[in-house]
Amino acid sequence: MKRVTLALTLALAAGLSAQAADAQTLKTVKDRGMLSCGVSQGLPGFSSPDDKGNWTGLDVDLCRAIAGAIFNDATKVKYVPLSAKDRFTALQSGEIDVLSRNTTWTISRDTSLGANFTGVTYYDGQGFMVKKSLKVNSALELNSASVCVQTGTTTEQNLADYFKANNMKYEVIAFGTNDETVKAYEAGRCDVFTTDQSGLYANRLKLANPNDHMVLPEIISKEPLGPMVRHGDDQWFDIVKWTLFALVTTEELGVTSKNVDEKAKLENPELKRVLGSDGNFGEQLGLTKDWVVRIVKAVGNYGEVFDRNVGAGSPLAINRGLNNLWNKGGLQYAPPIR
Amino acid sequence: MSTEARKPPAQIALKIRRVLGGKAGWNGVAVQFAFAAILGWIGYEIVSNARANLENQHIAAGFGFLRNNAGFDVNQTLISYTGSDTFLRVFVVGLLNTLVVSVVGIFFATVIGFIVALCRLSPNWLLSRVGEIYVEIIRNLPLLFQILFWYLAVLAALPNPRQSISLLGLAFISNRGLVIPRPIGESGFEAFLAVLAFGIVASLALRIYARRALFQRGQMIRIWPYVLGLLFGLPLATMLVSGVPFTFEVPQLKGFNFAGGSRIIPEFVALTLALSTYTAAFIAEIVRAGILSVHRGQMEAGSSLGLSRGTTLRLIVVPQAMRVIVPPLTNQYLNLTKNSSLAVAIGYPDLVSVFAGTSLSQTGQAIEIIAMTMGVYLLISLLTSAIMSVYGWRVSRSLGA
Repeated sequence: MKRVTLALTLALAAGLSAQAADAQTLKTVKDRGMLSCGVSQGLPGFSSPDDKGNWTGLDVDLCRAIAGAIFNDATKVKYVPLSAKDRFTALQSGEIDVLSRNTTWTISRDTSLGANFTGVTYYDGQGFMVKKSLKVNSALELNSASVCVQTGTTTEQNLADYFKANNMKYEVIAFGTNDETVKAYEAGRCDVFTTDQSGLYANRLKLANPNDHMVLPEIISKEPLGPMVRHGDDQWFDIVKWTLFALVTTEELGVTSKNVDEKAKLENPELKRVLGSDGNFGEQLGLTKDWVVRIVKAVGNYGEVFDRNVGAGSPLAINRGLNNLWNKGGLQYAPPIR
Repeated sequence: MSTEARKPPAQIALKIRRVLGGKAGWNGVAVQFAFAAILGWIGYEIVSNARANLENQHIAAGFGFLRNNAGFDVNQTLISYTGSDTFLRVFVVGLLNTLVVSVVGIFFATVIGFIVALCRLSPNWLLSRVGEIYVEIIRNLPLLFQILFWYLAVLAALPNPRQSISLLGLAFISNRGLVIPRPIGESGFEAFLAVLAFGIVASLALRIYARRALFQRGQMIRIWPYVLGLLFGLPLATMLVSGVPFTFEVPQLKGFNFAGGSRIIPEFVALTLALSTYTAAFIAEIVRAGILSVHRGQMEAGSSLGLSRGTTLRLIVVPQAMRVIVPPLTNQYLNLTKNSSLAVAIGYPDLVSVFAGTSLSQTGQAIEIIAMTMGVYLLISLLTSAIMSVYGWRVSRSLGA
């Protein structure tokens, strides 16, 4: 009996002293046959499960695009729902391969968490939602208000900064999850609900009477939302980064999920480079030559993804605004594929 | 032939062999030492491995973050706190919030628990059924749901601040909490507080003296007139001499909320209600078991002496039951304290919510923050057990057991 215990402890110790392998995410994902993707616990438009457990949303589509590029099968994704405060730990510990969960890019998160942002999937900003019956038209009229907020977000600090800068008093009530926050707001515990503006529109749909509530015009912060990967694996960083760029590039070139096969046959040098009949950029990433074709077939281009999940084709009906292409007055811009 | 007696074997070595080796003798001792060494080595490997990995992944480590500015606000603070204070202060703020809800919760849980236990034991059919139903319903529902229930029930029952319920125009109840006038000290306030404290200490001393007199000399001393004088007469007299040393700041509705006054937030009320009613159900069963463990004869002896049922319980049965009650009661106190970490669900700013929640995600230093939080809960629990052990020891001693 004692000998068995001894052998076990030795094996355990040996296992612990092995260094965590971190430079092989692509290989790990391929061996597993699944991409493990950290998403939210339910934010309509970004990542939320339907009644059959299928995940949809803008953040989810990025995971599907990556899985499409690797496996040519957008369904090979395991979604891990994470609360705001657990998300970074899940990424650090290797439980997920990529965090695609409406996460704001800040310098402290980029430098001190052992993780990197790969780009911006959605340019957002923090806003306020109030009941129409309060007859408030501007965030500057919110002196002495009670504010409901989800804990573990950049939102809490922005809120403190904004009220301090404008010399206003307020009371903050911070909840663990998004749903608890919304419920308390609806129950009248607070006058104001604050989060990223896209989140306000998404959460408004969850309320009993969405039309009794309004989003105030002020945007008090810059919230560029993007996916994150662990430090130390540059190949994986490139794959996630260029998957997003491929989505933007195809929109710019007018390639959609419907016409991608026809476009691939055209004798246009740029289209040939992007869609893989010329050059081997996909292989340099560790993927296949037709990686962009696979991505577009999986989810469509950035414009299609936006419209389907948060834009005109969705209940949220958010304007493209900052998220339009750079040549249409927005900020979405991809470096050239060449 | 030598007549010299054989030297006795060294006692200490034998003792070590017996304690550590058991039947296996010296081999057993060697195995024990090897096992301890391996445990130590595993511990070392875990720490050094975690460190190396953190460094490899460029994750910030160390406790330097405690000196950084927190930059967020907290709803209920017992000490002054603003967004520009440090994470260390956030830690203290959260800790105090946890402690206050635990202490208040423990107090009410004990009171409700004793009352319910006495109900269950009552010969009155209705009372004992009510006690039984209380225990069976409350202890069989998950605590988290009870917390959410009380929170949403408290919120739903209360009006918004503009329609708040006014108590004589001084205190107001709304879904923002209970606001009451706050005393603001003026000149002579410290002296007034000192007089008040003196009154309390002197009353306690009188009580100890009176009990001694009763137990040692069988002498009854009536102390309540003196206590009344010390607690109320003395402060009143000082106020008559030197004027009222404080004024009240009455809360007023300004904009969305009340300004001024002190406030008890609904999260605190809901959490205290849920924790104390839930734990009370368990305490009731513990107290019932304790009282039933005292022999019936004690109760009968009390009645035959002409004592009423209440007096018999208070003076004869409960003191003997305490010996059985105290150890499991300690467990319930510890459970209540640990359960208070469910506060995050309803936005009460306890240690887990503000420190292991918000601070963790602001700094990303999970290992340090979780270690500190666990350490604090361990410390609170050990302190609670220590206090209860001392109490239990005193109870047994006074019974001469």
